[in-house]
Amino acid sequence: MKTLIDCDRACKVKVLKLNAKDDLKQRLISFGIMKETIIEVLEHAPAKSTIEIKVGKMRIALRAQEAELIEVQKI
Amino acid sequence: MNTDTKSCPIIANHIKVALVGQPNVGKSMLINSVSNSHLHVGNFSGVTVDKTEVLFDYKDYHFTVVDLPGTYAFTDYTIEERVTHDYLCAEEYDIIINVLDSTNLEKNLQLTSELLTMSKKVVLALNMSDEAQKENILIDAEYMSELLGVPCVKVSAATKEGIEELIDAVVVQHENDSVTPKLVFSEPVEEEIAQIVWYLDKHKYSAVNTHRNIAINLLKNNKKTYAKLHDEPIWIELQPILIEASRHIELHHDSDDIKESFAEEYASFNRGIVAEVVKQKNIVENKTITERIDTVLIHPILGIPIFLFFMWGLFQLTFEIGAIPMDYIDMFFGWFGDTIGSTIANDDIRSLIVDGIISGVGAVVLFVPNIIILFIGIALLESTGYMSRVAFLLDGFFHKFGLHGQSFIPLVTGFGCSIPAYMSARILKNDRDRLLTLFIIGFMSCGARLPVYVLFAGAFFSPEMAGNILFIIYISGAMLGLLAAKVLKLTAFKGVDEPFVMEMPKYRLPSVKLIWHTVLTKTMMYLKKAGTFIAAASMLVWFLSNYPHNTILEESYSAKIEATQSEIEKNVLQNRLDEVLLEQSYLGTIGKFSEPIFAPLGFDWKMSVALQTGLAAKEVVVSTLGVLYSLGGDVDEDNNSLMGAISKNISFASAVAFIVVIMIYLPCLAASVVFTREAGHIKYFFYLFFFTSVVAYVMAFIAYNVTLLIV
Repeated sequence: MKTLIDCDRACKVKVLKLNAKDDLKQRLISFGIMKETIIEVLEHAPAKSTIEIKVGKMRIALRAQEAELIEVQKI
Repeated sequence: MNTDTKSCPIIANHIKVALVGQPNVGKSMLINSVSNSHLHVGNFSGVTVDKTEVLFDYKDYHFTVVDLPGTYAFTDYTIEERVTHDYLCAEEYDIIINVLDSTNLEKNLQLTSELLTMSKKVVLALNMSDEAQKENILIDAEYMSELLGVPCVKVSAATKEGIEELIDAVVVQHENDSVTPKLVFSEPVEEEIAQIVWYLDKHKYSAVNTHRNIAINLLKNNKKTYAKLHDEPIWIELQPILIEASRHIELHHDSDDIKESFAEEYASFNRGIVAEVVKQKNIVENKTITERIDTVLIHPILGIPIFLFFMWGLFQLTFEIGAIPMDYIDMFFGWFGDTIGSTIANDDIRSLIVDGIISGVGAVVLFVPNIIILFIGIALLESTGYMSRVAFLLDGFFHKFGLHGQSFIPLVTGFGCSIPAYMSARILKNDRDRLLTLFIIGFMSCGARLPVYVLFAGAFFSPEMAGNILFIIYISGAMLGLLAAKVLKLTAFKGVDEPFVMEMPKYRLPSVKLIWHTVLTKTMMYLKKAGTFIAAASMLVWFLSNYPHNTILEESYSAKIEATQSEIEKNVLQNRLDEVLLEQSYLGTIGKFSEPIFAPLGFDWKMSVALQTGLAAKEVVVSTLGVLYSLGGDVDEDNNSLMGAISKNISFASAVAFIVVIMIYLPCLAASVVFTREAGHIKYFFYLFFFTSVVAYVMAFIAYNVTLLIV
């Protein structure tokens, strides 16, 4: 199973499943992250503690723990 | 358009507008250009943390516009979202203006589609149309209005384009009887909706909302709708239909979460709309400017050093440039005091005006240039979008100390003033995280403490070094705050961490007007405080330091002064008299009383008093020192300035300990009030008082003794 945190920089993936709990899931959805969404990984913060991704035209910062809950597939 | 008409009579042509939109789409800026008012605008999520009302008149209509905090979706995840959610659901208003960012329509429509299911009148303001044009994004607003069934108006809050059209559209929409937005779901969902609507129709169920709305809300698991229908007789028959319908939809979406399924429904509807109405010419896959800047500014290795460099530069500028006009201001108040003083015959009144008010207020006004530079720096940080980048860079680091990356925003705001910082802590959803952040905001030295630092740094260090010292003071305060956070997280605020999901806004060139306005407002607030609160406090300090009069002492000294021949001897005696008089004053008594407490930190009674008056406001520390040292002890006639007096009367180690206490203990009375309100209970204030006092005392004790050993 591959999650968002496993992706390298400049890598494009498609979301398969959100494994987050209800609150966080709603949060991700409200940012446009849901099934079938295309995500591009832009940057990693030092030690990969935080990553920057691009969803549509919006750039979003995510902590590693949250990124681990997003199951993805490389496209 | 007039903002002064505060009393808006409730008459027929009064329109109450709720301004809703996702964070950082320019709602506040739009309201500013609509009504010529001046709300605080920034370039990061969560500038508007509470609803604000603005009143204005336009073409026979009274408008009340309620600016609601930005919300990504119609949920109650964070406090701001809750404010918006509750307002839209429970309050009375006529119409919603939904503000959208034209350059990112698809994402913004996510909220819109939820608003459209609310059976309220809605007007869409497609904001930032000027930016969209620059990015070659063409939106067919007319077609969009037709597709969605609600008016869509292209506007630009920045250039004020389309503002009148927007208000006209609001008026027209308001006059319309009722409008049903056209929001279509996928076929399977529409079938289920139709099924429920048919059932409600059949039973002639009467409600304010349309049956379609009720059906959608039921399917979305809307708690309120459920609660309402649950008590109705039709519920028994409705329930199995609902369960079946939900099961179908979940099956169709291959998910066990109906909310997720609906989000997907909305998303695909929005994709459809965007595909129809948005034409983007020459789409270039090149990196946008923002992305190019980001590769440098949030570089894994260079990012943090660059940030530290910016902060260092800011404090250098604060001191270097701020120092230039200081001499003139100092000279002006000296001259002003002398001039005014020479016109007053009565000794007591002259002393009150010159030594009390003018020297007290003057000591505070002296630092206006520094304050202005610091505020410009923070305003730049806010309005360019760099703030979010720093939150991104620091989250990993902050997280180690039990803080949230987004805590960075209130913490940096804290460098300006603790009060807005306490308020902006609302962006943190988790109560524990928020309380933790509230507790350490005080460690970020606010603008009011800057005068004390500048005063002491200038008194003990060369001008070349003073900027660096200032930087060290701020950074070590922040570091101490982080350590305090860690300690609190391990003890008082144990618990699960809040997720970190944050939008990184586009970089924007800050508008000069905006910066000017923000800085002006804050500076005027500072000056106003100097003129009112500080002036009053100076008078009080002056009174306490001049009374009670001791005539016996005065007479015995004047006899001695008369008797001596040498001028030098006379001066010494005069100063000795001032000193003795001050010591037996009320303030002297208070100072002497509390001196033993502060003695281990190396403070004399004057410093002890200054710290106590500083509980009211940090500027008062400077003005108290100003009053105390202008009255007595200043032996050197050539050097009247407070800096000179301080370097002469206070030892270096005591000064270091003094700075440490200033860095840590309670910010000010006003901030304490706001803290208590934001924390939610008075007990937290006592915790904060106890916590900061103990930490301040212990740290100052260590600093004092270490400095004594080294120097």
